[in-house]
Amino acid sequence: MSTPDNAKPRKARSPHAKPVDTDQTHAEVAHHDAHHDTAGHGTVKSYVIGFILSVILTAIPFGLTMAHMMPAATLIPVVVAIGVVQILVHLYFFLHMNTSSSQTWNNSAFIFTVLIVGILVIGSLWVMYHLNTNMMPGMMPVE
Amino acid sequence: MLTQAEPAAHAASTADASPLVEFLFGKLRLDSVPWHEPIIMVAGAGMVGGAILVLGLITYFKQWKYLWTEWLTSVDHKKIGAMYIILALIMLLRGFADALMMRSQQALASNGGAGYLPPDHFDQIFSAHGVIMIFFMAMPFVIGLMNVVMPLQIGARDVAFPYLNSMSFWLTAAGAILINVSLVVGEFSHAGWLAYPPFSELEFSPGVGVDYYIWALQISGLGTLLSGVNLITTIFKMRAPGMTLMRMPVFTWTTLVANVLIVAVFPILTVTLALLGADRYLGMHFFTNDGGGNPMMYVNLIWAWGHPEVYILILPAFGVFSEVVATFSRKRLFGYDGMVYATAAIGVLSFLVWLHHFFTMGAGANVNAFFGISTMVISIPTGVKIFNWLFTMYRGRIRLELPMMWTLGFIITFVIGGMTGVLLAVPGADFVLHNSVFLIAHFHNVIIGGVVFGCLAGLNYWFPKAFGFKLHAGIGKVSFWCWLIGFWIAFLPIYALGLMGMTRRLDYVNNPVWHVYLIVALCGALLIFVGIIAQLVQIVYSIWKRDELRDLTGDPWDGRTLEWATSSPPPFYNFAVLPKIGNHDAFWDAKQTGTAYVQPKAYEPIHMPHNTPTGFLIGIVSAGLGFGLVWHIWWMASGALLVMIGLGIVHTFNENRDYYVPADEVKAIEDAHFANLKKAEQ
Repeated sequence: MSTPDNAKPRKARSPHAKPVDTDQTHAEVAHHDAHHDTAGHGTVKSYVIGFILSVILTAIPFGLTMAHMMPAATLIPVVVAIGVVQILVHLYFFLHMNTSSSQTWNNSAFIFTVLIVGILVIGSLWVMYHLNTNMMPGMMPVE
Repeated sequence: MLTQAEPAAHAASTADASPLVEFLFGKLRLDSVPWHEPIIMVAGAGMVGGAILVLGLITYFKQWKYLWTEWLTSVDHKKIGAMYIILALIMLLRGFADALMMRSQQALASNGGAGYLPPDHFDQIFSAHGVIMIFFMAMPFVIGLMNVVMPLQIGARDVAFPYLNSMSFWLTAAGAILINVSLVVGEFSHAGWLAYPPFSELEFSPGVGVDYYIWALQISGLGTLLSGVNLITTIFKMRAPGMTLMRMPVFTWTTLVANVLIVAVFPILTVTLALLGADRYLGMHFFTNDGGGNPMMYVNLIWAWGHPEVYILILPAFGVFSEVVATFSRKRLFGYDGMVYATAAIGVLSFLVWLHHFFTMGAGANVNAFFGISTMVISIPTGVKIFNWLFTMYRGRIRLELPMMWTLGFIITFVIGGMTGVLLAVPGADFVLHNSVFLIAHFHNVIIGGVVFGCLAGLNYWFPKAFGFKLHAGIGKVSFWCWLIGFWIAFLPIYALGLMGMTRRLDYVNNPVWHVYLIVALCGALLIFVGIIAQLVQIVYSIWKRDELRDLTGDPWDGRTLEWATSSPPPFYNFAVLPKIGNHDAFWDAKQTGTAYVQPKAYEPIHMPHNTPTGFLIGIVSAGLGFGLVWHIWWMASGALLVMIGLGIVHTFNENRDYYVPADEVKAIEDAHFANLKKAEQ
């Protein structure tokens, strides 16, 4: 679908990468130009912090589940909550999302995605719960 | 065409086959082709004959090289868009043939007769009709219009990923090929256009019909998703200098929102069909009756995709009407900001209503009330749009050209369709009308009156831009009136029948009172058929008389947006010098200030992509992948998949993707355009 080295060179090759300045028609200039758009990459330090946090956030629910420290009714929400925290860690440390102005589009796209996924997941759970209760009473899991 | 007895016989013949035959052909046997069905054989022979005729003509006129270099391998958004629309028109004929067969079957089989279609054939026809009209007529048509027009409207030279664009189109075409192959080789799905389980599961649909359905939609759905990514990137990254979001033409806005919806919901369709495929191919139990499956989950998921899908179709049509109304009223669009916010609001609200497609499944009063109200709320932004169009026309200098006539026909038709929609949004009323032909009349009312009229308005409006000459107005008017009147004659009786209690998808009607309504509906369908024929005649006649209909200025309608600033057809690089935009209706402003037709003194070389056959090849091979999967021919499926991946990898090593058009060549093309402009003035 795209070159192995991905989005940046692809963009420079597309017919209109930053077509503004009339003297910037050389490929090198366009290539250089395209670099300005990209968000900053993280440092080794930030990646290591993100990695360690991810490992910890994976180990906790794994340990809780393996050690049978709490009943399932408590365990599931806890695991889900830790999972959500891990998502945020990934977004911040690996996808470099933050509140800076260069990230406005990424943030609004992300908020839209969360909104849509939220509507669909919560809506489906709500709908399916009622459908199952009303239409398949014999097949509901026994509480 | 498997009748009740045949699946067993079929299975037996598969079991008897030698391992070699089974390896080579999977489930495919000579008797998979329904030789004994005269209707299918005649239709198939017509299709094959037509294909041979076209290929023969291309060979006779030695056009293969032209076709290959200028069209099949093209990455030019205008040509890809035109190919989308050609695909849509071909599939319109196929889908409409299905419609005529259903209408005539019901007319014949409602007065004591049995009609001419056996039940299992009738089931395939209504399934194919829905699938073809939504996925392979309406979708390619709107995506084709977006491709042709949107980059021109934002002052770009192509889409963001030209090669991906070509691949998207050929994946869509591969899906259409699979659907057409299913007519002759094997069978198509009997399970309706959304293939609800448990009926679409292996237990009740053991044939290959549902598999054709799954793989045709998976392959074309991938193309649609990629196209969505491509067009969103184009709009965000490639607007000409000065074109802020709130200066974009409304068609570009609706394209943006529709493509955001595509990217948000097509993955749901892909996953849902993949789960159904896992049930059928891997013996899983996501949607089966037994083994812990839940068919209601399929209905929930498919409509979570399906409802936004109807907005993916209608929003670009709204965009077309917005452009047409402003141009032919010679006024700026009334309430541009309101139009943009209404579009965005519809985009978000379309995710909140999906349950209204299954009010009767039993979610209960609270859930139904929520989704009923949210459905009614959508009519508010839609109403805003209708009033904006009316106020744009108010005190405008209206010219009743063809695109404007389609727009007026749309406003009247769509408002009535919208009102029956609000009626159906009342859960209590829906319990009476669910699965009745009232619903059929409603969604044809909004899809024909909205999407189809919008596509045909767009076709008449932008055809001169794409090809350099107008479509003949007289024949176009015949087509318009046949469509409009034909639509109402066809569907008013269906509304009435729905209120009388006739359910949908009947191959046999045992109430003689309904006979006369069905006859009238058939007459309406035949009138629409005349309209479609007139549309095709209009195109052929206009090509024949193209010199008389030639548009030399590039601006045949006195347009307002940037696409009219280019010559007709636009040069392959669209804009020799990228325009600078200072307001809405950029081209109109330029004409007012006298800067529209000033030739620049010097030109720069222009950076453009090379054509590539990779998209075409991957698309065509993907049809082989689908065919192999449908018939369990594993060597073919895995081979095709490997070839597709290989082609993609090989393409990544192709460094010779782009080139510079020399300034002299640009100057020669632009000089010719300005000479034409002079000629047009005289």
